[in-house]
Parts: sequence; structure tokens; C-alpha cells
Amino acid sequence: MKDKNISDQLQNSVEQAIQTKTKLIIKAGGSKDFYGRTAIGKELNISEHQGIISYEPSELFITVRAGTLLKDIESVLAENNQMLAFEPPAFGDKATIGGTIACNLSGPRRAYSGAARDFVLGTKIINGQAEVLSFGGEVMKNVAGYDVSRLITGAMGTLGVLLEVSLKVVPKPETEITLVHQLNIDEALLKMHQWSTQSIPITASCYHQNQLTIRLSGTEKYINTLQHLIGGEVLTDADSFWHSVKEQSHHFFDSKKPLWRLSVASNSEITSQNDDTFYEWGGALRWIKTNTSQNETPHPLNGHISLFRSPTKINDTFQPLPKHLLQIHRNLKQAFDPHGIFNIGRMYQQF
Amino acid sequence: MSQNSAEHDFPVVDLQQLVKQLSSILADDSILYQEEDIRPYECDGLSAYQQLPLVVALPDTIEQVQKILQLCNKINLPVVARGAGTGLSGGALPYEKGLLLSLGKFNKVIEINQQLQTATVQPGVRNLAISEAVSHLGLYYAPDPSSQIACSIGGNVAENSGGVHSLKYGLTVHNIQQLKIVTIDGELITLGGTGLDSPGYDLLALMTGSEGMLGIIVEVTVKLLPKPKYVQTLLAAFDDVVNAGQAVANIISAGIIPAGLEMMDKLAIQAAEDFVHAGYPLDAEAILICELDGIEDEVTEQVAAIHTILKQSSAIEVRIAKDEQERIVFWKGRKNAFPAVGRLSPDYYCMDGTIPRKRLPQVLQAMEDLSKTYNLAVANVFHAGDGNLHPLILYDASKGQLEKAEELGGKILELCIEVGGTITGEHGVGMEKLNQMCVQFKAAELSQFHALKAAFDPKGLLNPGKAIPTLHRCAELGAMHVHDGKLPHPELERF
Ligand SMILES: Cc1cc2nc3c(=O)[nH]c(=O)nc-3n(C[C@H](O)[C@H](O)[C@H](O)COP(=O)(O)OP(=O)(O)OC[C@H]3O[C@@H](n4cnc5c(N)ncnc54)[C@H](O)[C@@H]3O)c2cc1C
Repeated sequence: MKDKNISDQLQNSVEQAIQTKTKLIIKAGGSKDFYGRTAIGKELNISEHQGIISYEPSELFITVRAGTLLKDIESVLAENNQMLAFEPPAFGDKATIGGTIACNLSGPRRAYSGAARDFVLGTKIINGQAEVLSFGGEVMKNVAGYDVSRLITGAMGTLGVLLEVSLKVVPKPETEITLVHQLNIDEALLKMHQWSTQSIPITASCYHQNQLTIRLSGTEKYINTLQHLIGGEVLTDADSFWHSVKEQSHHFFDSKKPLWRLSVASNSEITSQNDDTFYEWGGALRWIKTNTSQNETPHPLNGHISLFRSPTKINDTFQPLPKHLLQIHRNLKQAFDPHGIFNIGRMYQQF
Repeated sequence: MSQNSAEHDFPVVDLQQLVKQLSSILADDSILYQEEDIRPYECDGLSAYQQLPLVVALPDTIEQVQKILQLCNKINLPVVARGAGTGLSGGALPYEKGLLLSLGKFNKVIEINQQLQTATVQPGVRNLAISEAVSHLGLYYAPDPSSQIACSIGGNVAENSGGVHSLKYGLTVHNIQQLKIVTIDGELITLGGTGLDSPGYDLLALMTGSEGMLGIIVEVTVKLLPKPKYVQTLLAAFDDVVNAGQAVANIISAGIIPAGLEMMDKLAIQAAEDFVHAGYPLDAEAILICELDGIEDEVTEQVAAIHTILKQSSAIEVRIAKDEQERIVFWKGRKNAFPAVGRLSPDYYCMDGTIPRKRLPQVLQAMEDLSKTYNLAVANVFHAGDGNLHPLILYDASKGQLEKAEELGGKILELCIEVGGTITGEHGVGMEKLNQMCVQFKAAELSQFHALKAAFDPKGLLNPGKAIPTLHRCAELGAMHVHDGKLPHPELERF
């Protein structure tokens, strides 16, 4: 892993962009280029800004430069038997922690441990006035000032350039086991709801083509007991299975059709055909492959929809915001990026 | 107590006319303005700060809240929201020429969804009342501030409150799913949603901990958890606080995250023992209370592992609660630590800094030195697992010691910043920690906070003067505190 600090250079670039009224596209590994809309402007590359600034296993946090590769962070944590609890998808070898946090993307463990935003303790950013600012910190509890770090998480670079991120890390579970049940979707959702009220330590779940697959984590002895309680067939190649779900290399995702992401209440009605739907997060995340356009794809009543991958870019990737909420977003954009230079149009056309 | 009002200049509003305008929105008994009626609202849990508002409004529908805010926005009348008033940083302290908006009447549980494990409640519902309302389903709401019998969920969201079980279950921000808020222009907005995420910026997180500065919370949907099946508690005594601090690090390094991990120092142990007779070892310099919850097999295994770690970390005594009764006794002293310390002295002042755990010994030593310098005793009770300290400064206001206590408190918070921590872990900045905000944040960061607030509240009508200090205040303060010839904010013009 490289250890290089290019903050000054990045700050200069932002200053220049302000002076020359140039819009900037913040970019690192480019692994999430497919996601969201396409921003307009000149590229500001942060890939070189790499390195672990501090990592203290017993304090359960790590502070890294935004350009650090996700896989490098994960292997350093693994050496200490720790991990990122939100199991972020990388979507490529070049994925950086900056892009991961900017997109707030979380993997199979999300429904059970929390999303990227839940583990962000602090950030250092360059705002739209070329000022380097720090928010939050490296401690678990911190309510001094507004929670800008979580606001920045998932803002897709529209509010500033991420320079550093501090994340809470967690110990790896002692053992994991993955069990497969043959069920129809209604039975599967029911089962998952039952298990979740019984403190069963599920840490991942997915459903496709009549197969409910769940992962349990805990101490060895406990997992053995649970296996008998819950039943199902043991999946031997579990790690690579969950990797394929997380990275969308599972055969379900191997398709030319647009891929829609529905984030809904886990007990929402089943609206689409079995083969074209893949469920995760106990039913709260649903992937649908369909050729229907945005206008024809109904907005779910109990959640929201986004176009996750598409062979052709369309105008609204994310579900449009209600009027007053949109106004607050614009105001916040103005507050952080008054000259309107960062990732314009990356998230929504209006900002 | 100086107000942070330098930049605020709101027009004087005629009380009679205001009452008339409010009476078109609220019933007469929901508008209070006589001194004896508004006196109970003059302070929150930090009673050293007191201020009567111009008027108190007690709405009980969202529509009324919308209309009140529209009115305030129109006539430029400042609004301070108040939940149960248990806050410890003066966050709900009224504004002298403003309206105090009490959410006390919003006390209904709206919906419990067993399948989704959520509860939707009004903001004035008490924290513990949520767990009570869902207890028959085997569920509970995890964040458990010590004030949970009294504090409101709206206040919890506004402060991002934590509790003794936050180490494992997180803070308020990790346990809520949706908020409805009313903005200063009277619009009702939904943040978050029924799914696990929502489109756009994470305004749910931004609203959490925003101390009533960005909007009024009128509905909260919380996540519920199944009650743990099995709970086990250990109590360990140490003859040296350094060892106790090391024991905490050793437990976490072993890959175990207890549900709670609390520490008390000698003075706190003695006070608690005198008050509730929990049987704490009086010869100890520090005790740790460690709780594990989950499934019996797993908990039993972890308890054995922790027992070994505690012994290896030089604990002079380790007890494991043999039954529920003994477990309650272990906790009794900790849960009553504040009132217990309160019996030692006419007044006490509760601080709330967070530090990296490994700095604990150093910080405890420095606090002891400060306590000697100021000649005021300090008892320590803290959420050791997440490094959140609650030093309790003992003082006597009748002897004019308040100022000295505040100064000592300020020094302790600055110490927390120095070692890489923060001035508030869960109680918020409110009115109390404005000066320390000047130390924790640079001028540009404070300006960014002000700009963020203006995105919601351009006229600055919501809770004016709280949470974020003006640059003017910091500059003045900087002029008073020159360290080693260096001014904290050299970039600012001196006033
Ligand atoms: C003995 C004692 C023990 C405590 N222990 C803990 C603890 O363990 N952990 C912890 O975190 N805190 C603790 N506290 C502090 C306090 O109880 C919490 O901060 C609590 O969340 C405040 O809730 P409240 O309803 O009393 O809010 P209030 O004091 O009424 O208000 C607090 C802040 O929230 C704002 N506010 C309130 N309601 C709303 C609303 N509906 N919309 C917008 N803004 C609103 C107010 O303007 C104010 O800024 C303790 C306090 C006491 C007295």
C-alpha cells in the first residue's frame, strides 16, 4: 500500500477550479462509474491520496486517506482479525474507501449490522471554498456540531472532496455457517421475519429461484446448536457465494437488462416474477431485471427505487425527491459548494 | 451566564398580540404566559442556566405545530423546542424574547409493527415507555439513557442520546428509521423511510443530534430488537485505575464486544455504596461492571473468557452475578451514581467528554491534578467501553463556587480535545459548551456549520444562540485565552 498525502495538491486544484469557474468530477478507482448519473466537468483524481493514518485494533477504529484501496484496508484489518461490518461491495479491484463512503454502498451484512454510514466516525473534507475541514473524530460517541460526516456519506461527492475517513471496525465472528432452504417466496419472507424476532444471529440472507440462503455468525458451539434448530442444507462454498452476491457476479446479475434496486419495507408485497427478482436483506432489498422504463416502473409505496445498472444512461437514476426535500438538498449543496463545482449532476440533475 | 446572542437581533413582539394570534391556533389553556405558569419551563436538567420565555405553546397536533412555526417565521419570533427538559447542556433553555414549543402533549404510540420490528411514536413519548409498550411482544428499544424514565424520544433524537448499552447496540442514530419534521416555514417533511435507506442525502442522520436547530421533530419511527434471552454481569475491582483502563482495552482486543462496560472511580464507588449499599468493594480504586447478553451458551463462554482477562489484567477481585437479583444490585450503584454523588455535595456539575480509551490513565491523572488545583472534588463515572467520561464536579453554589466549577469543567473538556477526543459524547453542546466548541473547531468549520443551519433556517429562528458559537464569541474568547503566546483563531479580527 502506498503512503502518500496529496491534500495540498487537491486543495490547490479546487482553488483553481473556483477561480477558473471549472466544474470538477471527483474520481478515484472509477469502479462506481456505472452507478448514478454522469457528472459534468474536469476530472479531479484522488487515487494517489493513499495510506493508513492510524489504526488501533483495541480502539476499534481505522483512519485512512480516501484514495486507499478497499482491498488493502480489508487485508490490514483481517491481519488483526477485524473487518468492516458493512461488508462493502467493491465492484472492481480499484475500489477505494473514498468512493465506497461517497456512495454509502453496503453488502449482505447491512440488514443485520448497519450501513456504511453507521460506521463512519469522522471525515476530513475539502469544501467548495477550498477549505480543509474536519468533522467527527475517532471516538465512538461524539455529538459536537452537526453530523456532517454522515451527511457526506452517500452524498456522492456533491458536497465536497473526501480526504480522510475514520471508521469503526469490528472483530470478525469466530465461525460462520451458511444454510440453504427450499421455499417459496412467501414462506421464505415469513421464516426470515420469525427468525429475526428470535435473536437468531443471521448476518446475511438472500432469496432467488426458490432458494433461501442464510448466513449465521457466532461462536462455534453456538452455531452448531443453531444449525440443528434452524435446519437446512449446509452450503460448502459459502464465502465465494456471498462474494458473488456482494459483488454481483452471481449468475442472476449476468444480464443485459437494466437492473433496478428497490429498497422497501421487508414485508412489502411481492410484485414481480420470480426469475427476474433477487432478494437480500431479509426482503428489504430487491433487485429486479426488467426492460421497462423508469416511467413504467412503479415507485414502491413502502420505499424507493433506483436504476442501479443500465446499458444506457437515463435522466433520473434515483427516485425524484419531493419538492420541499429537493429544496433542502439544493440549500445544503449551496452551503457546502457555493460555486457549484463538485460532481454536478452526479446524483440528481438539479444539483 | 452569557447568551450567545451577539449576532441575533430579533424584533420585539407584543405579547398580547402574540397570544391573540396563537389563540387562533391553540386552545387558551395551551398558551401560557403568566409568570407562575411559565416558571416550570425556565430551565432543563442544567439548572444553573435559567431564562423565562415570552410565551409557552403546548400544541397536540402536527397541524398546530405547522401553524405555530408559520406564525413565528412570519413575525420573526425565535422558537425553542422542549421535550421532557432533562437535557444536561441547556439545549431547551428558553430564549428570552421567544416562544417555547413544548412537545409534551405528543405522548402517543402511533403504531407498533411486530413484523418489521418498528414502533412509530409521537416525539413526547418517554424513552422507557416505548420499551414498555412493546414488551409483551418480546421486543424493546435499545438506547437506554440513564434518564430513560423521564426523557422524550424527540429529545433523544435531538441529542443523539446513548446509554449504558450503546457499546453493543449503538446510539439513537443507529436505532431510528424515519422521522417526520416540521421546518421553520411550516412544511411537514419525511426523512428516512420504511426501507433501510432513502434517496438523497442522509438527512435522518443530520437531524439526529441537531439539538432543535434545524427543525421540529413531530414523529419518530424507531427500530426494535428482540429482548436478549440471557444476560450475565461481572463486577471487577482494581487497586489501580490504570489496570482497570488496561482491562477494558484487553477485553475489546480479545474480540468481545460486551453489551455494557462501565467504570467508576473511588469517590463514585464510595458515594454509591453509602447511598444504595450495592456491596461494592470499598478498598478498590476503580471498579468495572461488564454485561454480556445473547444466547446462554455464547454468553457463558464469553463470561469465562472475560473472567480470565480480568484476572490477567490484575483485578483484585472478580464477581459474577449468581442470579438476576445480584445482577440488579451490581447495576444499582452505577445507575444511582449521579444522585449518590449529589448527596456528597450541595451541587454537582456533570461533564460529558469522550476520549480514546487508551488515554484513560493519563486523563484520570490529569483530572486529579486539576481537581487539586481548583480544590473541588471530582467523582468519575463512565461508559468505559466507548471512552465516554462523566466526571462529576462537586461544588457549593451558595459559596460562590459555580464559576470555579465551570472553569474546571471547561479545562476537563479541553483536556479531552487535547488527547484526541471530543467535548461531548451524548449530552450535546447546548448553551453550555459553546466556548469549548471554539477550541474543538476551526473558524472555517464553525462557518460551515452556520451555513448548514441556514440551509434549513435562514433567519436563525430555531433555538438561536445554541450548539454552534458565533465567530465573534470565539474571537473574544481567544483574546482571553492566549496559550504560549498563540491565539486560537489568529485568522480572525479581534473585537
Ligand atoms: C439524571 C440524568 C441522566 C442522564 N443520562 C443520560 C444518558 O445516560 N445518556 C444520554 O445521552 N443523556 C443522558 N441525560 C441527558 C438527557 O436526558 C438526554 O439528552 C435526553 O435525550 C433529553 O431528552 P428531553 O426530552 O429531556 O429533551 P430536552 O431536554 O427537552 O431537550 C433537549 C434538546 O432537544 C431539543 N428538542 C427536544 N425535543 C425536540 C423535538 N421534538 N424536536 C426538535 N428538537 C427537540 C431541545 O430544543 C433541546 O435542544 C441524562 C439526564 C439526566 C438528568
